[in-house]
Amino acid sequence: MSYDKFVKLSSTVVPLPIENIDTDQIIPARFLKATERNGFGDNLFRDWRYDENNKKKKDFVLNNQKFSGNILVAGKNFGSGSSREHAAWAIYDYGFRCVISSFFADIFKNNCLNIGVLPVQVSSTFLEKIFELVYTNPETIVNINLNSQSVSIKNSELTENFNINEYKKNNMLNGFDDIDYLLNIKDSIINFSKNTPI
Amino acid sequence: MSNTLFDKVWDSHVVKKIKNGPDVLFIDRHLVHEVTSPVAFLGLTNRKLNVLFPEKTFATADHNTPTKNQNLPIKDPLSAKQLQTLKLNAKRHEIPFWGLGHKKNGIVHVIGPENGITLPGATIVCGDSHTSTHGAFGAIAFGIGTSEVEMVLSTQCVLQPKPKKMRITINGNLKEHVTPKDVALYIISQITTSGATGYFVEYAGNVFKQMSMEGRMTVCNLSIEMGARGGMIAPDKKTIDYVKGKEFTPQGDEFLELSKYWISLRSEKNALFDKEYLFDGNQIEPMITYGTNPGMGISISNKIPFSRDLNVNKETFEKSLKYMNFNEGDNLIGKKIDYVFLGSCTNGRIEDFREFAKFVRGKKKSPNVTAWLVPGSHNVHKEIVKEGIFDILINSGFEIREPGCSACLAMNEDKIPNGKYVVSTSNRNFEGRQGPGARTILASPVVAAAAAVTGKITDPRKI
Repeated sequence: MSYDKFVKLSSTVVPLPIENIDTDQIIPARFLKATERNGFGDNLFRDWRYDENNKKKKDFVLNNQKFSGNILVAGKNFGSGSSREHAAWAIYDYGFRCVISSFFADIFKNNCLNIGVLPVQVSSTFLEKIFELVYTNPETIVNINLNSQSVSIKNSELTENFNINEYKKNNMLNGFDDIDYLLNIKDSIINFSKNTPI
Repeated sequence: MSNTLFDKVWDSHVVKKIKNGPDVLFIDRHLVHEVTSPVAFLGLTNRKLNVLFPEKTFATADHNTPTKNQNLPIKDPLSAKQLQTLKLNAKRHEIPFWGLGHKKNGIVHVIGPENGITLPGATIVCGDSHTSTHGAFGAIAFGIGTSEVEMVLSTQCVLQPKPKKMRITINGNLKEHVTPKDVALYIISQITTSGATGYFVEYAGNVFKQMSMEGRMTVCNLSIEMGARGGMIAPDKKTIDYVKGKEFTPQGDEFLELSKYWISLRSEKNALFDKEYLFDGNQIEPMITYGTNPGMGISISNKIPFSRDLNVNKETFEKSLKYMNFNEGDNLIGKKIDYVFLGSCTNGRIEDFREFAKFVRGKKKSPNVTAWLVPGSHNVHKEIVKEGIFDILINSGFEIREPGCSACLAMNEDKIPNGKYVVSTSNRNFEGRQGPGARTILASPVVAAAAAVTGKITDPRKI
């Protein structure tokens, strides 16, 4: 089974300069009752996006028509808290293919990589620069190139490299899947299991 | 140098190392619940795969279950469908399933240890971040996403880059009414909510040596709240005694052999860690949180700090205080509260109920407080009755609910209303975590008990 390949992305961005955004904000628990993986985008950032009467909150960035795009740019320590993959699904389902931050929580980062959303970790200076340029000009384009592991801001000199392990990079470039990998070594797994103590 | 407790357990479970990639890690125990598993099972169906080791897999319903009238049909059709889906998936794949109403039902991280599913030296995963709880037994236990749940169901392995290693050592003696929860909240307040991201933590020092198994579970449970994937404590005699004789613990000679191995699992004297912290247990006070992440904690008698004195983003800090309707410099002692929640995988075990009951015994619940006391499992509930705690709590004006995750994540109907304050023994004070607009103050069972009888934030040492 494969997912969308990720090679390059050029897009305007949606800025969310709040730190420590946890997965309960990305998708609150009361929207985790589905037994299939669809419709989560509607509830992305639900309680920041809508008030208690389900009216759009004007001051939230997703409700601001000035900002749009396939890249979400968020403050430090994005995706902390619950392991719910629904958070990554909601981000994907809404239309984001990449999240840029200066720091990601572990499980969230893994979940993104497993479904084809690229987490791009940049320096805090670079992150600030993106926020600054985007607030000045919401049409600012950010370019992501997975092959060269680089992120740059169009019409500027600003560029930075990001880390991703070779295995995951290859998966994303080709839309490969971990389960296919593991199924191919199933015999060694079964052999291994015979020597585990419990 | 593979000489830490963590290395010993991790390295013994590596099936294969992928060059410039993650390790293929074999999983001994896979715990499954209703919320993060349905899409994983659907994936198996789509790929025409079966569960590779159903005997290493255990399923329970806990996140989305009611805590009242569990005998009645579930009202919410979506919740009912989710519970039914787990039941059908467990049956289809022949996985042991302790659903709603089953005598062994309870919160996944409470029933694992209760039944000997959790064992030292094991690798344990679950689609839940508080899987770190099981590290109390010297196991490597961590939360995974649904794609990884599907991986483990179908291949009993996950692909994980090996984390870095951190040791947190706390020596000294804990003061009266300072509990394992306070120790954990103290650590998080010192190193922040992302201070251990990328690391696996080992807790060392005599504070943890002296701690009960249940206390160790509370501390390891909260490892994720400092960003760590998991935390662990070296097995000792207490650990071996705890697991002995449990239903799924190996018995007889096999147990004796395993015990020898388990007790050998410890970091060597010259073990190298990527990061070390040393704290003084004597300095720790009863803790409370004032903000919207577990790192925003203070000693109960201290004032809310000023953002200018902290290394934090001002905008985020102010947003947080605005949500809580607190101000910098506020002292929270005497602050009126509306709800008390005792329960969750953090503090829903029998010792937590003992502590709470010991404190409220002979006192009455404050009339302006709504208290939800939710045992972590049916076993805990049974013990509450057996030990006479039930009567103490009833006499003090409390009611005891049926087990489940309840108001910790407010996925069921147990939601704290908009704008209300709750002193909660759970693990997360995130915005809206315990209900849209709910304001959470995290604390120990003792601090929660003091709040429940006084109706306000109260230092338990002053009563």
